[in-house]
Amino acid sequence: MSSLLEVTDVSKRFGPTRALDQVCLKAESGRVLALIGENGAGKSTLLKVLSGAHRCDSGWMMLDGKPYSPSGPIDAKNRGVAIVYQELTLAPDLSIEDNLMLGRSGTGLGTLVRGVQRRRVREAMRRVGLGHLSPAARTGDQSIATCQLIEVARALISDAKIILLDEPTSSLPAADVDRLFEIIGQLRERGLAIIYISHFLEEVRRVADDYAVLRDGQSVGEGSLSDISDDQIISLMVGRDVNDLFPHVPHEVGMPRLTLKNVSSSPAPVDVSLRIHEGEIFGVAGLVGAGRTELLRCLYALEPSYQGHVQLEGRSLPHRVGARRREGFGLLSEDRKSEGLAQTLSVTENICMGNHRRFSTLGIVKLGARKAETERLIRQVEVKASSGDQIVSELSGGNQQKVAFARLLAQNADIYLLDEPTKGIDVGTKAEIYRMIGELAASGRTVVFVSSYLPELLSVCDRIGVMSRGRMTEIRKAKDWTEEDLMAAAVG
Amino acid sequence: MTENQPSADQRKANPLLKFLGRLGPAYALLVVVGLFSVLDHQFGSQSFFSARNARVIANSAALVAVPAMGMTMIIIAGGIDLSAGTALTLCGTALALAFRDYTVPVGAEDATYWVVCALAVGLGVGIACGLINGLIIALAEIVPFIVTLGTMTIFLGIGQVIASESTVYPETEHLPDWMRYLCYTGSNSDRYWFDWLHVPSSALIAIVLGIGVAMLMHFTVFGRNMVAIGSNPATARLCGIRVGMTTVAVYAFAGIFVAAGALLYFANVKNGNPSDGTGKELEIIAAVVLGGGSLSGGRGSVFGTVVGALIIKTIGSGCTMLSIPNTYTHIIIGVIIIIAVLIDGLRSGKPKWLFDRLR
Repeated sequence: MSSLLEVTDVSKRFGPTRALDQVCLKAESGRVLALIGENGAGKSTLLKVLSGAHRCDSGWMMLDGKPYSPSGPIDAKNRGVAIVYQELTLAPDLSIEDNLMLGRSGTGLGTLVRGVQRRRVREAMRRVGLGHLSPAARTGDQSIATCQLIEVARALISDAKIILLDEPTSSLPAADVDRLFEIIGQLRERGLAIIYISHFLEEVRRVADDYAVLRDGQSVGEGSLSDISDDQIISLMVGRDVNDLFPHVPHEVGMPRLTLKNVSSSPAPVDVSLRIHEGEIFGVAGLVGAGRTELLRCLYALEPSYQGHVQLEGRSLPHRVGARRREGFGLLSEDRKSEGLAQTLSVTENICMGNHRRFSTLGIVKLGARKAETERLIRQVEVKASSGDQIVSELSGGNQQKVAFARLLAQNADIYLLDEPTKGIDVGTKAEIYRMIGELAASGRTVVFVSSYLPELLSVCDRIGVMSRGRMTEIRKAKDWTEEDLMAAAVG
Repeated sequence: MTENQPSADQRKANPLLKFLGRLGPAYALLVVVGLFSVLDHQFGSQSFFSARNARVIANSAALVAVPAMGMTMIIIAGGIDLSAGTALTLCGTALALAFRDYTVPVGAEDATYWVVCALAVGLGVGIACGLINGLIIALAEIVPFIVTLGTMTIFLGIGQVIASESTVYPETEHLPDWMRYLCYTGSNSDRYWFDWLHVPSSALIAIVLGIGVAMLMHFTVFGRNMVAIGSNPATARLCGIRVGMTTVAVYAFAGIFVAAGALLYFANVKNGNPSDGTGKELEIIAAVVLGGGSLSGGRGSVFGTVVGALIIKTIGSGCTMLSIPNTYTHIIIGVIIIIAVLIDGLRSGKPKWLFDRLR
């Protein structure tokens, strides 16, 4: 029997990066295929090729026995391939019905036949378990979980044969995950093929029948999930020894440097007191929204105001970003795209932004010194760029993060506030970033490391504090924590 | 880790090509000049491609280019200034009033003193206009488009009030010689600043100011900060740049160029009419955009802006020579602006068949 969707030798390059390298994939009707891989392995790119958002450079695809090369998302939709993206793509001000019918509301002359439409909308909503909602309800008022289901309903209404789900559970509470899985099960019963992207193995086990693993843009394994163990999947995903993943740089924890006393702001953090030392890597764990980012931004004085005291070696600090930076604070934003980097500017310009004081006298920039320093930093953090003049948006996520990192190094910061520094970057670059963090601590710098990825916190940090609902609930040495403990403290 | 070595040669552009690429708008100017030279030679008065006409174009382009330099900085910093036109004529009107009411005939006692005072009034009004724009934008956090849309009519109104709703005519004898001939484009070489160099003084001023702004943008921290806040204000804030303060400074600084433009304009027409400025802001913005400025900020060049002003004025002059009515000139300039920006977008973005975008 031939598969519903067959992908053969598909490749896609972005500039120098090879996002997909001769990827093969088979999806069957009535089965759930889990597409597994680390961040940056090419899962999202493959999804975009399947859904017509990108065109592949080479290779071919067959859908239902016919050649399939979508010219755009609408073409893909018409052929029966629907996608539910990680970031929701619903228009919040429209009603559920309008969102479901977006892009397909016309009947002949572009008029809406509300009666017919309403029946189809209700049917689709019933099938995803949203029958109790009014189609006229405003989409923006619904919870994230409901929005996710509305997206699935949108896929159903377009008579999809294949539904692609891109990490649908990343922002869902547990109860809603169950409901989503139930609905995925029902869709499978109806003979749809589902491609489910995730890197949570336990989830994959619950919901999927088959697996396909991508690593560095290549297919490294596929088959039925019943034939493979979790450890085997992990070694396929990672493809290298775990010891290489978390390089350890020996460092000594020294004198207390940064003291927080009852730091509070609205809505978070709430009453946080702690002391962080020289040469220490202090990890902050917690759920998204627990106030970790807000804590860092308070320390960096990016938020308008807070109560309590932040003291550096016993001195209080003025509440201004510029003043904090002069005292050696440096913040790596979790949002590379819209805050961390100026995407339209060059690598050099980004590294030097805010650091021009170092390369200038009386406001005149010494371009020679600036060039020499940025080239040194580009080499030091190993940014893969054609030159310092390359525009940042052309770089891969990992390289962009290195540029953001280089800016902190150019600033010569003493206290590194790192907000999800390894988010969305590949395994190799992650290891390099851990090594850089270790080296910073070894040179006596202080690092505050916020992350949602517990293995990295556990292996890189000296101490880890857990935040929950804005409070720092528990701090222990990293070796006294386990992933389970951290999780329990985070949801507690 | 060989794969992580920076691969410097990967896409290293040929420096000559890179330099030629930067000259983008200049090619458009060459095309326009060439086109009108040929057309004028065939069908027109055969006086387009002449030294005299070049001086006329240079002078009128300078009148646009000088205020457009301020606009270039504002646009690079992610803003826009719709009030530039009326601020310019408000400045010009203030200047005319100062000359009418306070100066004495040239040669009389204290004449220079009063001229300097009058110029200071003009400069002060220009900076004040920019400062008002900048402060409202930074303090109230209203988008520049709306703020300057408001101040555009405010400045127009103030100009009409101080001029009592008429045109202000100062005595020509009160104007010092250098000012009287600031925009002179005739053939009498004594009238120029350098009698061996037959270039209108206005154009020389524009060149000097242009070099100054280009150096400011390129070599100073202030200039780099402007680019930073225009490209992404959130990143700039993260990097400790005072976004609000820089915004105010940029608008106030641009006010100097509005004042300089007003001086040139006043020297050209020798009167102050507050209603003259309506619509000028669009010509100024068009010059910046033709020169490669991006209204989403972070991109633009002074060189491009000057070339943009030259393109607009060359088309105007060429159309006149060909006896094309003014109304059609407007249409032609509009079409050229849109085509220029389209070509620029195709050049820098991913080349894509245009009709694909409608799908």
